[in-house]
Amino acid sequence: MEIVLSLAIGVLSASGIWLLLRPRTFQVITGLCLLSYAVNLFIFSMGRLTVGAPPIMPKGGWVDPTTYADPLPQALVLTAIVISFATTALFLVVMMASRGMTGTDHVDGREADQ
Amino acid sequence: MIEQNLLLILVALPFLGAIAAATLPVNAHNAAAWLSGLTLCAGLAIMAGLWPMVSEGEVLRAGVRWVPAAGLDLDFRIDGLAWLFVTLVLTMGVLVVIYARYYLSKTDPVPRFYSFLMAFTGAMLGLLTSGNMLILVVFWEMTSVFSFLLIGYWHGNPNARDGARTSLILTAGGGVCLLASVLMIGQIVGSYDLDEVLSSGEIIRHSALYLPAMALFLLGAFTKSAQFPFHFWLPGAMAAPTPVSAFLHSATMVKAGVFLLIRFSPALGGTQIWFYAVTGTGLATMVIGAAIALFRHDLKGLLAYSTISHLGLITALAGLGSPAAILAAIFHIVNHAVFKGSLFMAAGIIDHETGTRDMRRLSGLIHAMPITGTLAIVAASAMAGVPLLNGFISKEMFFAEATEWHNGTWLDDSMPWIATLAGALAVAYSARFVVSVFFGPLARDLPRPAHEPTPWMRRPVEVLVLICLVVGVVPDQTLGPVLNLALQAVTGPQTPHFDIAVWHGFNLPLKMSLVALGCGAALFALSGRRIAMGPEGPPLIHRIRAQRIYEWLMLRLSWKWPRRLLALVGTEKLQPQLLILVLLALAVGIATLWGTGWSLPPAVTNPVDPAFALMWLAGGAAAVAAAWQAKYHRFAALILLGAAGTVTCVTFAWFSAPDLAVTQLLVEIVTTVLLLLGLRWLPQRRSEIVGDRLMPARLRRARDLVIAGLSGAGIAAVAYAVMTRPLVPNIGDWFLRNAYYGAGGTNAVNVILVDFRAFDTFGEITVLAIVGLTVYALLRRFRPTPESVAAPNAQSHGDGVPLAEVMLVPATILRWMFPVLIVIAADLFFRGHDLPGGGFSAGVTMAVAFLLQYLGSNVKWVEARLTVLPIRWMGFGLLIAGATGMGAALFGYPFLTAYARYVDLPAIGKTPAATALLFDAGVFALVMGAVVLMLIAIAHQTLRAARLREAEAAAKAARPSSPAPEAL
Repeated sequence: MEIVLSLAIGVLSASGIWLLLRPRTFQVITGLCLLSYAVNLFIFSMGRLTVGAPPIMPKGGWVDPTTYADPLPQALVLTAIVISFATTALFLVVMMASRGMTGTDHVDGREADQ
Repeated sequence: MIEQNLLLILVALPFLGAIAAATLPVNAHNAAAWLSGLTLCAGLAIMAGLWPMVSEGEVLRAGVRWVPAAGLDLDFRIDGLAWLFVTLVLTMGVLVVIYARYYLSKTDPVPRFYSFLMAFTGAMLGLLTSGNMLILVVFWEMTSVFSFLLIGYWHGNPNARDGARTSLILTAGGGVCLLASVLMIGQIVGSYDLDEVLSSGEIIRHSALYLPAMALFLLGAFTKSAQFPFHFWLPGAMAAPTPVSAFLHSATMVKAGVFLLIRFSPALGGTQIWFYAVTGTGLATMVIGAAIALFRHDLKGLLAYSTISHLGLITALAGLGSPAAILAAIFHIVNHAVFKGSLFMAAGIIDHETGTRDMRRLSGLIHAMPITGTLAIVAASAMAGVPLLNGFISKEMFFAEATEWHNGTWLDDSMPWIATLAGALAVAYSARFVVSVFFGPLARDLPRPAHEPTPWMRRPVEVLVLICLVVGVVPDQTLGPVLNLALQAVTGPQTPHFDIAVWHGFNLPLKMSLVALGCGAALFALSGRRIAMGPEGPPLIHRIRAQRIYEWLMLRLSWKWPRRLLALVGTEKLQPQLLILVLLALAVGIATLWGTGWSLPPAVTNPVDPAFALMWLAGGAAAVAAAWQAKYHRFAALILLGAAGTVTCVTFAWFSAPDLAVTQLLVEIVTTVLLLLGLRWLPQRRSEIVGDRLMPARLRRARDLVIAGLSGAGIAAVAYAVMTRPLVPNIGDWFLRNAYYGAGGTNAVNVILVDFRAFDTFGEITVLAIVGLTVYALLRRFRPTPESVAAPNAQSHGDGVPLAEVMLVPATILRWMFPVLIVIAADLFFRGHDLPGGGFSAGVTMAVAFLLQYLGSNVKWVEARLTVLPIRWMGFGLLIAGATGMGAALFGYPFLTAYARYVDLPAIGKTPAATALLFDAGVFALVMGAVVLMLIAIAHQTLRAARLREAEAAAKAARPSSPAPEAL
């Protein structure tokens, strides 16, 4: 499982970074989304992979932490998902405004010299 | 004790006066002058009170502890030297205030003038009396700043602005050098206390840092004292009102530099290099200043260069460092302040009463203003060094030191000649001043007919000229004791007492004086007429203006070179910046892992589930395909992006993170809607961009592919390496154990968010609110490009069926979904503390519920029926979350301490009632509000575009019907 997930993270981040370096705003925003999947999965995987043991505690009694998934990376990623939506929205608006002002969707604000 | 307090009051007094003066009405000429004058007189009274102590040779110290850990205390001390200087500053200050009262015109805003003047005096007193070197630098810079403000007092005048700026750049730059030097000296000595530094001369001179410390120190002192080659700011500063020129730029501030040289000569002086640097610079400045002064046509310009020359003389003496030289230097500082102050005031009177300062136009003024003329002639004679006036005695002492002091160097051998030459030039320019302004026929074509000023404007000049005479005749009885005290403060109490006599016999210095007088008079007699006709500068070199070189340099330093540098190393383009960012991240990653040996303990892995592998095969393919298609097939890329997101979401569910799966799924929906809304405003790309098939573009893509591949491989490797290590016990365990007992919830993730780490969540929702508002604010000013204003293809349906009919079935379903989604959101919210869910996912669900209504029907239909006030939701959400946190304070707990208990409700049973639930309600409201606000704000742009289209169509329709103006 670990090898699959790490390869997945690698593919997601490679696609994201490639798009990040592209000239069109839509490419960059797509790249950021892909990169945020990769980063969220990466942070999440720092709690190791646990199957079938969500961090829902019993009501009372002794708790053995090793039998549950690590809750901390999950809590971190949960807010990260919401915040990344917000930053995507912000970037989208900036990119709309930039298109409106410069007339191009090139990230540099002007078409590259041919 | 009373003396210590007096000392502190002395320093504080001018600053208090400055604040008081600043509050006066604009036209309060008399009040401001009285206030300032009395403040300075009070200072003089304090100095008189301190005299008994100082005259015993005691050093008076007082201080306020400030930052003792940094060696920074507000320490003040007064010894003989400081006492003399402070008294000089205060005396000149009183006279200048009286003079300024009559000099400034009725329309000048006087409170500003006196306020700056008082603040400057305070800075000067602080500088003179500070006992801590760091404090000294602070006051030093303050004098620069107030000098800048005073030079620029008439800020409507471009010359004043230029002069002020030049002086600030030079003197404040020198101040920075001084600070560096002081820090070095502090390092060498181990203390910033002035007394300790002054007694550590041996340590400083033998330190490795001596040379840089001394060089920086001299830069500071030379810029302040207008020494060559930094002299040119002083003539530029003459654009200041004349009282300022008289006070700052001849009597006091420029003397701060030489004061510092004298003060620190026991610590830094006494070496060959000090002698060459200080005396050499001083002599050069003395000759150059005197030579240029002779050729200036402007009265104040002549006096400014003469000041530079005299400052050079004092600097040269400070470089010699023998007791007799130091005594002569201090004496000349006082004498120069007295005669130059009076000359500046006289020049100001002439300017004020005739309207010009050009010596070529002025003539014969002795007939029109006999008293002022006589006073000016006496002061100018003192400047020239005519016997029985104060300037003569100190100049004589300089000549004596020039001939008697020896260290066997070539500079020492040539000193008598240089001194005599400068003396002759001084006689010549003084003669030019006197003869061209006061003698000859009375000038007729002046802007104003010349006449005597109001008597009170002349009083300060009278007092100063009287001092010139008295000191010149009986120097030892008047200034002798003070000067010897000041000398002992510098060179130590064992210094012998010097008698200052007028007559030493017909010795070498007197012969030099006589030669200088004769040569100077002859020089002026022979060339005076030609100088008046010629350019404003010495022959041959008058084209070389230090000011021009400075401006040439400043233009390059502050404008051309920075821009060239920026063009070289900086870019405004985002693409290269992102490339650099990615490369840097890659480099940091490699550098961190480099040399770790790549040795890892054996991996611990879970067996691979083929279904999971297959799922990610699809997910990875979707990601790569999205990257491939994002340029030309944006819609397809968006769908592929959604696929990758869905696989991510399932992965969360797979590995025991139901909360994440729920949130990811919901956010995936809103992100897709968001990007779809954004697509409408991007250019349609139907044909390929020309450059994309060319070689450079291919190379760029290949390069980026390599970078992306390397980065992805690196991240995958790191992820694998970490995932296959066994998990060490960490803080997550604590959260798991205490979720129920500590916070009354069983869902550990939600408990972390709303209770254990609620403060982080509070910060995060605040960020969300800020981003939401930013998006909203940015869109209010959104102006689309003209080509995207037109209705998109999807809206123009050719078959004539209205959109509402096409969407009828989905709209009806979505309308029925609304209450269902509200229930789901409520369920997610209330179960959140114990089961997967919570404020975040409930908030996004609620937002989706609203969003679907917008999708199914048009915006106007929805908004006619549904009032959504997202900004209020956000505001209340933040308020609820914040108030819950504050609530803990009522019970004496820290911010955001949660309280949990179960309450028995009839019919429902045991219900959790944690304050964390309230906090989560705040999170819910804010998340919902922010998501709805952002999406609806973008969606509304379509409405605005439609309005724009309508307005345009209306304008087009109106145009042909209106008759053309020609037809009428």
